[in-house]
Amino acid sequence: MNSEQDFSETGLDWAAFLKALYLLGVVLFVATPLVATVLGGFKSLGELRTNPFGLPQVWEWKNYADIVLSRRYWQLLQNSLIISSLTVILTLITASMAAFVFAHISFFGRNMLLNYITMGLLFPAATAILPLFIKVRDLGLLDHYLGVILPQVAFSLAMSILLLRRFFKELPEELLEAALVDGCSYLNFFRYVTLPLSRPILATVGTITFVHSWNAYLVPLVMLNSDSQYPWPMGIMIYQGEFSAEWHLILAFITLTLLPTIILFLFAQKHIVAGLTSGAVKG
Amino acid sequence: MLTSRKPYDAGKLSAVLLFLPPALLLFTVFVVMPIGEAAWYSGFNWNGFGTPKNWIGWDNYRFVFDNKAFGTAFKNNLLIIVVSLLVQLPLALSLALILARAFKGAVMLRMLFFMPYILAEIATGLIFSFVYDGEFGLLAAIYRHFDAQAPHLLASPDTSMLAILLVIVWKYFGFHMMLFIAALQGMDKNLVEAARVDGASRWQILRHIIIPLLRPTIKLSVFFAIIGSLQLFDLIMPLTRGGPADSSHTMVSFLYNFGVMRMRVGFGSAVGVILFVICVTFAFSYKRWFMRDE
Repeated sequence: MNSEQDFSETGLDWAAFLKALYLLGVVLFVATPLVATVLGGFKSLGELRTNPFGLPQVWEWKNYADIVLSRRYWQLLQNSLIISSLTVILTLITASMAAFVFAHISFFGRNMLLNYITMGLLFPAATAILPLFIKVRDLGLLDHYLGVILPQVAFSLAMSILLLRRFFKELPEELLEAALVDGCSYLNFFRYVTLPLSRPILATVGTITFVHSWNAYLVPLVMLNSDSQYPWPMGIMIYQGEFSAEWHLILAFITLTLLPTIILFLFAQKHIVAGLTSGAVKG
Repeated sequence: MLTSRKPYDAGKLSAVLLFLPPALLLFTVFVVMPIGEAAWYSGFNWNGFGTPKNWIGWDNYRFVFDNKAFGTAFKNNLLIIVVSLLVQLPLALSLALILARAFKGAVMLRMLFFMPYILAEIATGLIFSFVYDGEFGLLAAIYRHFDAQAPHLLASPDTSMLAILLVIVWKYFGFHMMLFIAALQGMDKNLVEAARVDGASRWQILRHIIIPLLRPTIKLSVFFAIIGSLQLFDLIMPLTRGGPADSSHTMVSFLYNFGVMRMRVGFGSAVGVILFVICVTFAFSYKRWFMRDE
């Protein structure tokens, strides 16, 4: 027993050292491409070729300034912001209402309907993208924000309803019973009790939906046709196409378009991590 | 629950009728119906204009299976799954074991490793097409340092998938790591403590206590790795668009390239239906065989 402890004591330093080395390796693996991207945006094309890793010898603020001062950049962010915000709002409203019913009201066919919604977790939007395109076209929503928003809301409903329902079910049942006895309607209870008590989960569901919508590419790619409507992932693809060899500009553009995501991540990391992982933990 | 209380029934009914339809309608119109329509359209040779008339039965499915690029795409999806399981999960698990404990910097490292997961696939793909760029890229610079000629990884059918696989590991291991960290932190510490008191070595504790306790999370993580790889698309577009010579398609990028871009609605729908069947069959059998205890 004693000798084993000694063994692990002397072995500890080595283990700690190897662990630190391992972590350092992963840090370099993860951070190098990101840091090189941010720094690359500050270099001239010539310097990027000779010195892609290091700090810029001459800081070319112009690369970034030109983009920040361009209409194009703000147009892309504005489009993305409109699409993502409306997606979040519509998802939260429709999903929380449905989740409320699934959590608190029992009626014939409830479980069947819940299973029906759960089906949405099983397959990606890509499987039905062509019929989805035709449907959106026939509804006259092609090239409208709504043509992107409605499918995104529909595809985020399953996960959102399940997460919200789980949270609603944990609220004390006595609250609802007492309120109903006092003549409070379901609608008012939902509006004045459930929703205010559910802020954490609403924030979490809202954040996941936002991140998914903000980063989405396939649905906007298929539904939108005009530059003026494009969200930023489509915008940077086009930008890259136009400036194909001018990597310093592309890197600056990528950095600036990632900035909102990173800021959001720093402010809402709790909700993002909780949402993206706990959404997984019990689906 | 409130099943048999008469006075509330009217309110109950109106709540159900008011609250449920918006979600059900959206879900039915934009998720369920398109899947049904995909099955219907897949029997036609149709370019999307007017109504589908040219019924060709199962031919679209035959065309899909006869298409060499689809075979490659299918194999690529399998390859992604294998790499996710053999490289990504061990990496995620080992890091979680280190970072689940509270020490200075642990939280920062967790956040750093999780960060790639929240970056858009499109941006990630572009960043790595810079990394791999034969002239300006990071890889090229490393080769130049050793006076060697840099390979154009993305431009060769032999290496395009390898390059993509590396990006996949980079982007997604942090998600799985977070799953494992959450599970480790929720774990009953007394068991580990008891084993340590009984003289179990670190390796024994890991092998016989921690890993078995993590089994549900590992199953879940495998599930997400597989479902995720089946829907991989965004990352492919900025890196290779499925090329060169259709060497790096996934099933979804194949669908986009051969179905959507060419407006072959029937053909693309057939690919979609195949993908749907694979996803649903996988999800159900996985739940039945591996997650029965949950």
